[in-house]
Amino acid sequence: MTSTSPTLTRRAALGGLGAALAMPALRPAFGQGTPIKVGVLHSLSGTMAISETALRDTVLMMVDWVNSKGGVMGRKVEAVVVDPASNWPLFAEKARELLQVHKVDVTFGCWTSVSRKSVLPVFEELNGMLFYPVQYEGEEESKNIFYTGAAPNQQAIPAVEYLMSKDGGEAKRIALLGTDYVYPRTTNRILRGFLKSKGIGDADIMEEYTPFGHSDWQGIVARVKRFASEGKKTAIVSTINGDANIPFYRELGNQGIKAEDIPCVAFSVGEEELAGIDTKPLVGHLAAWNYFMSVQGTPNTEFKQLWQSYIKNPKRVTNDPMEATYTGFRMWTQAVEKAKSTKVDDVRAAMIGQKLMAPCGYEEEMLPNHHLSKPVLIGEVQEDGQFNIVWKTPNAVKAENWSPFIPENANRRR
Amino acid sequence: MAPGTARRYPFPKVPMRQFLLALGLLLWLALPARAQDAFTAALPGLAGGFGDIATSVEQLGALADPRALPILRVLQAGQLQKTANGRLLLPGNIDALTGQPADASGAETVRLNNRVRQALRGALGRLQLASPDAAERGAAAEAIFRSRSAEDVPTLQAAIARETDAGVKAKLILALAAAQLVASDEEAKRAAIARLGAAGTVEARALLIEARAANPGMAAAIDASIANIDQSLAIRRAVETLFQGLSLGSVLLLAALGLAVTFGVMGVINMAHGEFVMLGAYATFMVQEACRGIPWLAPWSLPLSVPAAFLLAAAAGAVLERGLIRHLYGRPLETLLMTFGVGMILQQAVRLAFGAQNREVASPAWMQGTLMLPGGISVTQNRLWIIVFGIAVLLLVIAAIRFTRFGLEMRAVVQNRRIAATMGIRTGRVDALTFAFGSGIAGMAGVALSQIDNVSPNLGTGYIIDSFMVVVFGGVGSLAGTLVGALTLGVVNKVLEPYAGAVLAKVFVLVAIMLFIQRRPRGLFALKGRAAES
Repeated sequence: MTSTSPTLTRRAALGGLGAALAMPALRPAFGQGTPIKVGVLHSLSGTMAISETALRDTVLMMVDWVNSKGGVMGRKVEAVVVDPASNWPLFAEKARELLQVHKVDVTFGCWTSVSRKSVLPVFEELNGMLFYPVQYEGEEESKNIFYTGAAPNQQAIPAVEYLMSKDGGEAKRIALLGTDYVYPRTTNRILRGFLKSKGIGDADIMEEYTPFGHSDWQGIVARVKRFASEGKKTAIVSTINGDANIPFYRELGNQGIKAEDIPCVAFSVGEEELAGIDTKPLVGHLAAWNYFMSVQGTPNTEFKQLWQSYIKNPKRVTNDPMEATYTGFRMWTQAVEKAKSTKVDDVRAAMIGQKLMAPCGYEEEMLPNHHLSKPVLIGEVQEDGQFNIVWKTPNAVKAENWSPFIPENANRRR
Repeated sequence: MAPGTARRYPFPKVPMRQFLLALGLLLWLALPARAQDAFTAALPGLAGGFGDIATSVEQLGALADPRALPILRVLQAGQLQKTANGRLLLPGNIDALTGQPADASGAETVRLNNRVRQALRGALGRLQLASPDAAERGAAAEAIFRSRSAEDVPTLQAAIARETDAGVKAKLILALAAAQLVASDEEAKRAAIARLGAAGTVEARALLIEARAANPGMAAAIDASIANIDQSLAIRRAVETLFQGLSLGSVLLLAALGLAVTFGVMGVINMAHGEFVMLGAYATFMVQEACRGIPWLAPWSLPLSVPAAFLLAAAAGAVLERGLIRHLYGRPLETLLMTFGVGMILQQAVRLAFGAQNREVASPAWMQGTLMLPGGISVTQNRLWIIVFGIAVLLLVIAAIRFTRFGLEMRAVVQNRRIAATMGIRTGRVDALTFAFGSGIAGMAGVALSQIDNVSPNLGTGYIIDSFMVVVFGGVGSLAGTLVGALTLGVVNKVLEPYAGAVLAKVFVLVAIMLFIQRRPRGLFALKGRAAES
């Protein structure tokens, strides 16, 4: 990544945009209908820009792709990009703008749970449709949102089970480190319930939260080291989000925490985030996702080729939320074709049961709870910043958005 | 091959001596053959799943076969290949078993996971114990300490007996104690407990706690050793917390020093201060990229970035002062809004030029890892260098203000602009230089921050509030105040953090500062005299 010249990226992005705009001129084969509008609601500035910019590009790539195939129902697809600037209330305003001013048929957007919570009432009020492509804490179900990322049982719980298995090092003590907002706090609440069910008590769980963008990890990493000195195998479960991860991993490396001694499994660190750090000291630390760039197979090869040729950079990486965006977009086009309509209510009905051979190498299906069935993969960081897949589920796992490890959910019908 | 094994064979009546000789010969012949058998038996496991690889590595480590070491080293380096039919290939496509060149078509790399890495560390430790290189023997001792087993006791005793290097010997003795803790010799175990207690490390503590459950009879001795360790750890922890506080303080100091000049001396509320820090960090990145192609220059890219960052940020500061700020002197609200806007423009400009992604600034080798101080206190190298750098920059600023003509003119303009002008000082030029100087210092802070934080367009926004806090708390216009303010805030923050958590600690510090400013509005080191009243 470091050798990437910044101008190239910029030119690539502009070129891509240009190609998307030039598309109608090149392909006059579209039918008479008005273009179908796709809203893109990702932060292009602020702290989340590091992660969300790539998702904007993914949606633009998919719009480009579907138009090159003749559009959806013979109609051209057009992207409307807005920038909510990592500002949570602005997400709601921009969502309203997309639905009321631009009258988009579908929206792809959001990364943090707090931004999703901010736009949810808008999508429900105006009966819009949002595809949310990131793993999250669950405890939510809206008829206006399709969740194409993982629910806790498709990421967090299998990852901790792996840490407690023989291959994962038989961890008996867990340090839960996270950024201070809804996703880490809820996930850790679920994990605490799960660990209790496995006989790991409160004395063997450490929980710490830090603000967004935290950069001084010395004290916390030193405390984890001390926490690990109680004679039981210890592991770190990280729900640290955004660019705070980089100083965190740097501190782990500097304080000499080796993955063989205290492995750290992360839920929000992928190929894109690792691109900004020297990964040599991190070899062996883990991440749990539903897709890695290193997955073998034709669907992934095609996905990677599509991305790298779109972005005109053979070194750009792909990651899990990008794959979830891709999968969501393709399922949406399938559903529109099936419903022969872009009306939200029709497409929603057609979405349930949509299947796709996803780049992760498994067939994913949209379930009635608006979540996907997905495989769980666990990867170890390698020196080149890619993940070496060390464990995976044999089949795609059905999403449980209401976790059985949260006591209040006991009465809920599942 | 104990004598008992021999008894099973029926043997003719031969004199005892001849029998023993023959037996000895047999043993001599059989041992390597058996070892080789075990070697050939263990090797194919390396082509299997992670569990098989780990078992195979453990077996290979236990054999004293000289052929195992190179294979395990290749495996650790991630260069061992396996073919579809389960053959193992060393680099250069040599069959690991036969030593002959082999067909490498369809071969793939043998992958490792943490379990395999753990097994490898122990196995390589055992095999490298006889290495001629002291560093390798030291690493071997550490590896055995972590993966200890009762079988290591005799090997370690032999290694200690022939060891000449004192440092390695100490490590070996600790590894022996760790192994004796899991062996059956009660006497040796007691000695080992005492020795581990005296070592006073967290690792030793973990071993002792583990041993307590297995040895209820020795609980008292183990508890005494643990108490011993806890005592030395408590002192060490206090020193380390102090270090962490000073380190955070030095970061705050670096971020605030530039502001102490532009805000403290000139009274300009510069909300774009953080962006100058960010420009400095990007200058570091650019210098690193420029040096990448020149091998002899590459290790010096970080020291070279210091002047580069200073000049870039200073130039930006001079342009800002001459172009905009000078038209707004005496209008603090407008200055605040205008510089806030400039900050946003700078952020977006950098985002357009370099992309939204973080840029990787590598740390030179001398800034990585941990430095062990006497008494077992460990401090991270990068933080140590940043403390040193912070002090150096502070001294530079003091020297520039006290001992240079520019500093003299600056002080004169601040004290009385009109009289300074009548003395022939070009006050406009001094204003521009002072602002450029303060901005340049912010740029130098960016070099340090590139080592511990993300080089991204929003790097500066995280530091602007902290910087103002330090300057106001220390006393506007006082460099000593900035120093004391930064270090106090850093240490208080780090002392509170374990009790309150990172988020609450920061809140407490902010509340404490608000209360303090209520009592002493001019900060810790209030300026006295006429300048203070204006």
